[in-house]
Amino acid sequence: MLITRRIDFSASHRCASPQLSEAENLAVFGDEANPRGHGHNYVVEVTLDGQADAVTGMIIDLKEVKTILEDEIVRPMDHRNLNHEVAPFDSVTPTVENLAIEIWRRLEPRFAMTPARLHSIRVHEGEDLYVDYGGPR
Amino acid sequence: MPAVRLTRRYRFSSSHRLHAPVLSDEENRRIYGKCNNPYGHGHDYLLEVTVEGEADARTGRVLPLALLDGLVRRVVIEPMDRRDLNTEIDEFAALAPTTENLAVVAARRISEAWPHVLPGVAARLDKIRIHETRNNIFEISAADPAVRQGSEAAEQRQRVKT
Repeated sequence: MLITRRIDFSASHRCASPQLSEAENLAVFGDEANPRGHGHNYVVEVTLDGQADAVTGMIIDLKEVKTILEDEIVRPMDHRNLNHEVAPFDSVTPTVENLAIEIWRRLEPRFAMTPARLHSIRVHEGEDLYVDYGGPR
Repeated sequence: MPAVRLTRRYRFSSSHRLHAPVLSDEENRRIYGKCNNPYGHGHDYLLEVTVEGEADARTGRVLPLALLDGLVRRVVIEPMDRRDLNTEIDEFAALAPTTENLAVVAARRISEAWPHVLPGVAARLDKIRIHETRNNIFEISAADPAVRQGSEAAEQRQRVKT
């Protein structure tokens, strides 16, 4: 059975690769490369896989899920500048794709110590764009 | 014809109290926290029912939606909407009505009624999802052993009766 917990946070970022010139960054990322940055409302849906416990009827305590998501996502990223304040985005471009990969990397070891397993994550950047990531294959 | 998945949404509002009868009051309070409040609390549940099949060559539909609606309303929505799950739904007499268990119960009920309400319909139940709140969503496949065991037991009862 799958269980999905949704949380949100807001952060600023600038999409530009240090390996590209300013002109190339503008060509690749467009407005997202604005040197002064901009922000988004991110929504993260974290899906876990597990079986309901025969006694409690729960896969995992949802309070524990919330604590993990607040520790690993909200506290370090909410109302922050991703490029300047959240590793590894000082050297990795904080696209929504890379953000999903980083969130997976942070969550996977935390859920490995719970009765549930991390199954997939969906990161929404604003209303009209989202990515799904199921971990390194 | 390629297979298509169709998802239909339904809503129902119920009260529940998370309490496992085999545990002490103190253990129940520790495990379920505010969800163990003796007076109960409620949710506006959103149920998504996903069916899979080939679109009919004549109608272009995977299955007649009115039949699916009738089935889901009869076995899940009408019995549970504006009801207390713990005291008014048989399956929860001795089972904590977590949304994990609610997903199993709803999937079993739909799966059991399927051959009787939709005879000859090739489409099959694929999965259901229940949103307890906008933040907590539970999904179970119709192929999950917890759903199939219940359905097989019901078929057995049906055979014994007839």
